Amino acid sequence: MSTETAAATAKKESLFSKKNRKLLVDPLDDSNPITVQVLGICSALAITVQLQQAVIMSLSVLFVMIGGNVIVSLLRNMIPDRIRIIVQLVVVASLVIIVDQVLKAFQPDISEKLSVFVGLIITNCIIMGRLEAFALGNKPGPSFLDAIGNAMGYAWILLAVSIVREVFGSGAISLPGMGQVKFLPTEWFMSEGGFYENNNLMILPPMALITVGIIIWIQRSRNQALIEEN
Amino acid sequence: MAINKNSTGYTFLFSIAMVVVVGTALAFTALSLKDRQDANAADKKMMDILGAIGVSADRTNANALFAEYVVERVAIDLDGRQVSTTSAAVDPKDKADPFSIDVKKDYRASIKSAAKAADGDEAALAAALSDKDLEFPLFRCVTDAGQNIYVIPVVGSGLWGPIWGYVALEEDMTTIYGANFDHKTETPGLGAEIKESFFTDKFKGKKLDIEGSALFSVLKGGAPTDENSVDGITGGTITSKGVDEMINRTLKVYLRYFESQTRAQR
Repeated sequence: MSTETAAATAKKESLFSKKNRKLLVDPLDDSNPITVQVLGICSALAITVQLQQAVIMSLSVLFVMIGGNVIVSLLRNMIPDRIRIIVQLVVVASLVIIVDQVLKAFQPDISEKLSVFVGLIITNCIIMGRLEAFALGNKPGPSFLDAIGNAMGYAWILLAVSIVREVFGSGAISLPGMGQVKFLPTEWFMSEGGFYENNNLMILPPMALITVGIIIWIQRSRNQALIEEN
Repeated sequence: MAINKNSTGYTFLFSIAMVVVVGTALAFTALSLKDRQDANAADKKMMDILGAIGVSADRTNANALFAEYVVERVAIDLDGRQVSTTSAAVDPKDKADPFSIDVKKDYRASIKSAAKAADGDEAALAAALSDKDLEFPLFRCVTDAGQNIYVIPVVGSGLWGPIWGYVALEEDMTTIYGANFDHKTETPGLGAEIKESFFTDKFKGKKLDIEGSALFSVLKGGAPTDENSVDGITGGTITSKGVDEMINRTLKVYLRYFESQTRAQR
């Protein structure tokens, strides 16, 4: 590391110190909001039929999470204690409305498919939880990292589940702006005389729960520390 | 610290400041995105109208296809008299364009409560709406086969919220050429099924019963259907009833227009 960057890092109170790195990395695995804390699970189950929806949803949550955490952190010394939950709600709700309006203007089809779930980001426990537990007591820098960490922890589960569900359920992958790309040749499908059939169960809600369950299983068998004692 | 963060006065001041800031930010966002959103809504409307005549369009070609297939846009009043007609290019900003008539808003504002109060009584409904100055849009399309098709927007209530759709009638003004429906918050798997093709396809080729008490019926699951009815959605009874109600109520207005048209031709 050159002296220049080292000095810059020191001046910023080392934004990437070990403690701050932990803020960023922990929610991805050890304290993942979905698989470990089991928060925000309803949206994870509802909108993971297609990858493009999961991508847009993840970006929306990322935006709301960062905005909410940073704003609440900046205001943390000004917010009256007695109305702090209301203030947090107003901040989150405003950000969600902005996201919803932007989606309606620029991604109308996906906005329609996500329907109520964008609005329900307001009640997403991950966001309220981080605002109350972290942003209210920490500086904007760490809050920003904490927001990215938690939003990414939410996002990668969403993306993983939706990739599994879309590949096996629709034989395709979709990304915003690209539409749905079917990568299997049509003659492979049984309706065309082939041998392959999409698994319709994958598209149905139970399979989202099962997929999340499998991810939790893999995660806990890798990381024994997460297993609760009975 | 000089200011007591927990005093009532500070709490009030903080709340007021917060509301002002948030209100301004949201109003600004909504206003600056409104044009794009309106354009998207207009595209969607065109796609739905084209869908009712079996032309599938997406957002990129909705405008072009709409101009190609929809040859005339008519606005009629409650008594079936023609108020205005145009064949010019659609301008979503032009309030006088029949395309811009917001049937959902009209329904919410006046028709919904009046229809509920009238409870199927046609005369009472007409009386309640007579001073509302309502206009109803009608879209005349010409298909690839050269057939004249009339597309009529319908709006009603499902179980949880609004339902709407488009019914396309053939030139004889009694045969249903196609229909599509959509909803805001009906139950997935039950009422929400009205938008699926297995349901809307049943309407094709059915006829309106001009002489009968009901123009068209959506029957409760399993009942035998004739040429004036379709089978409703099992488990979506109230949504199916809503489809039934909106078709009957709305099409009656248009029948008055069609009658005057056929009389004028003779």
